[in-house]
Amino acid sequence: MQQSPAAHPIVEIRKLSFGYDRSRPVLRDINLEIPRGSVVGIMGQSGCGKTTLLRVIMGALRPSAGEARVLGHSTNTLDAEGLYAMRRKMGMLFQFGALFTDMSVYENVAFPLREHAALPDELLNDLVMMKLHAVGLRGAAHLAPTELSGGMARRVALARSIALDPQLILYDEPFTGLDPISFGVIVRLIRELNDSLGATSVIVTHDVQEALGVVDYVYFMAAGRVIAQGRPDEIRRSGEPFVRQFVNGSSEGPVPFHYPAPGYDADLELAAPEPQASPVMPQASH
Amino acid sequence: MRVADVRARLERLGSGVTFHVLRLGFASRFLAYLVLHSGTALRRFRLTTAEIYFAGVLSLIIILVSGMFVGMVLALQGYETLQRFGASESLGVLVALSLVRELGPVVAGLLFASRAGSAITAEIGLMKATEQLSAMEMMAVDPIARVVAPRFWGGVLSMPLLAALFSATGIFGGYVVGVQLIGVDAGAFWSQMQAAVDVRNDILNGVIKSLVFGIAVTWIAVFEGYDAPPTAEGVSGATTRTVVTSSLAILFLDFILTALMFTGGTHQ
Repeated sequence: MQQSPAAHPIVEIRKLSFGYDRSRPVLRDINLEIPRGSVVGIMGQSGCGKTTLLRVIMGALRPSAGEARVLGHSTNTLDAEGLYAMRRKMGMLFQFGALFTDMSVYENVAFPLREHAALPDELLNDLVMMKLHAVGLRGAAHLAPTELSGGMARRVALARSIALDPQLILYDEPFTGLDPISFGVIVRLIRELNDSLGATSVIVTHDVQEALGVVDYVYFMAAGRVIAQGRPDEIRRSGEPFVRQFVNGSSEGPVPFHYPAPGYDADLELAAPEPQASPVMPQASH
Repeated sequence: MRVADVRARLERLGSGVTFHVLRLGFASRFLAYLVLHSGTALRRFRLTTAEIYFAGVLSLIIILVSGMFVGMVLALQGYETLQRFGASESLGVLVALSLVRELGPVVAGLLFASRAGSAITAEIGLMKATEQLSAMEMMAVDPIARVVAPRFWGGVLSMPLLAALFSATGIFGGYVVGVQLIGVDAGAFWSQMQAAVDVRNDILNGVIKSLVFGIAVTWIAVFEGYDAPPTAEGVSGATTRTVVTSSLAILFLDFILTALMFTGGTHQ
């Protein structure tokens, strides 16, 4: 599904900035488009603003400037009802699944159906079983979330997030803490579900190597900005120092090993010689 | 230096007061929103009955056992004092009025705050910390309507029933000690009680008290849970605050309500 990202975007973000207060902008001047039917990755270091961007797309945060258009709606102006109507067409997989611990696997998947569609029990049962079958866990329907492994919990959460056949599926760090087999299963499911449901997927992650294998297009973020974008092969060949450091997982590069700190001498309480010219470690050059 | 000190203290005091006033305002808006969005909890009443089970039925053991012991101790202490004035036959009145007007609502309220209130806060707080509430919002389901409102109404409905059961078992405990063990005349015990306890002035006022305590405790519990920082310390802190704040609220409200209800000279 290699298509130009400009074709029929399902998410369109223009000159978007966001900050919890004026002095600390988290997102700065973001422009991105997510075309219908694609799997797009938003990657970057922890704390670079990618989860905040995801929260803006889902309408949980309102931009301070610029616009986010999602499924044809501008999230800037939607009221609570409009937001809920939009979210019915979206599914979201949380980092650790966020399953309801007081309900069984079956009830977790049935939850969105029960809340939004008055279905007869038989039809509801069929739908739940189909969704669980799609993630390979039909046999685990009766289990409690506490009886599942991390990978299984993630799959149940995925079945729950596609219960209403969403047009847009958002993944927040879907690979964190998974063993290699579960990881492979999730990667396969992301692609399969995206294509079979005719949905569009957005994956926010810092597991670059793994994610590059499944996405069609990548946006790289650092310090609240998009600093690089392209298809996975373009990203792998990128000459941008930050992207290279990130893709190769190297400790050497523009992102310093040390968190900004005053002079080492001062912290070790050595006799301070002359005041240092630059007591603060340099920040990333982006 | 000293001026700066005073200034810093004043600033701290000011920001502390502002913080608490803001939080009270936030909690009030939360309550208003909760009540306005109670449609789901009342329409799908099964959600609320499940919470009545958790808050009410599961609190029964502690409520009944405590009520029994409080009634038994009341009878022992009451008999000791009453018999000095030759009024030991009024023991039933003493036990019943103490329980129905005061001890039933207050002690049941305090027990309810520590048993059910803390559980409600911890559950909502943990649901928030594990992103279950966010997940619900993402599924276009309002967590206040779906999770908080049923717990609130479950608590509010349970509390008067628990207080009534507390008083009833307390009176029974008083009967066991007073009549069966000490030997107060059973007829006097019950008939004096029947004559002296007034439905409107005593029982209804007790029920009103327990309803007010139920609203206060459950409101504090759901708000603290919903407002808890989504971390282990955050949830444990919120649970502690629920028990402390709602216990103080019960004692304070009890004084206000008692002053309003029983000082008008309307009773006896």
